[in-house]
Amino acid sequence: MNILVNDEAREVSASTLAALVDELGLKGARIATAVDGDFVPASRRSHLAIAEGMKIEIVAPMQGG
Amino acid sequence: MKFYGTTLSSPLMLGTAQYPSPEILASAVKAAQAGVITVSLRRESAGQKAGQAFWSLIRELEVPVLPNTAGCHTVKEAVTTAHMAREVFETDWVKLEVIGEADTLQPDVFGLVEAARILTSEGFKVFPYTTEDLVVAEKLLAAGCEVLMPWGAPIGSGKGLNNVFGLRALRAHFPDVPLVVDAGIGVPSHAAQAMELGYDAVLINTAVAKAGDPVAMARAFSLAVEAGALAYQADPMAERDMAAPSTPLLGKPVLA
Repeated sequence: MNILVNDEAREVSASTLAALVDELGLKGARIATAVDGDFVPASRRSHLAIAEGMKIEIVAPMQGG
Repeated sequence: MKFYGTTLSSPLMLGTAQYPSPEILASAVKAAQAGVITVSLRRESAGQKAGQAFWSLIRELEVPVLPNTAGCHTVKEAVTTAHMAREVFETDWVKLEVIGEADTLQPDVFGLVEAARILTSEGFKVFPYTTEDLVVAEKLLAAGCEVLMPWGAPIGSGKGLNNVFGLRALRAHFPDVPLVVDAGIGVPSHAAQAMELGYDAVLINTAVAKAGDPVAMARAFSLAVEAGALAYQADPMAERDMAAPSTPLLGKPVLA
């Protein structure tokens, strides 16, 4: 499956968002996810099926003003 | 003054960006005795995991965090960012920024009011980054905001309080609303001035982070905020245009 993760093209085998997070080595990490511009809570990641061309954003704590 | 029912340990809110190193950031937060630290969200790269290291650092500081929606230019982006921040930082506090103009980073107050209305209805405690405009302030309060954060000057400019009259008018109009000067403060005297006007807190980032010695500057801001708050409580004298001798003239010898 070809998708965009943080604007980077990737070919992934994960079928759900939860599996994708796992595949990227971010399982258990302090992150939040959005798919095609919409927030997906951690509790819904395992129900969200990855589809071709999806735009996925994965964010984490960062310095801010 | 309470911010959504919470009394802060200090009226100094400190941003965490642009420090020379994580160690200096941590030392500056301690030297400032910051009551709140602001944080943000950015893309996490699978390899580097920079966000996880930063998360550990802020947890160790044990200071309440206020996540921002910095860099958001639309209502949708800001609302989605707020949702992600609530999950990541486990707080319903959000410093709401909807930027309307790139050169001044002036808030898009129309988008700000709309985003504030959405977020307060969803249980967020919104700290809106706004201008000193009284009408916008009224609309933000009507939208459910219980704190207002007018700018002093454009973000990162260090120009201080550009519109003292406007900030004073805001204070006078909303005596019971917690008010924070956010953005534009460059030196401790600007922060003291904001507190002398009766503001409840100031939010500072660049002025500390970009100082030659951020830790010393953090301490300087801490002292300035304390001095300004004490001065406001002490009820400053009225300004006047003409001189008035402070030494009594009565009993002055005639020597001419």
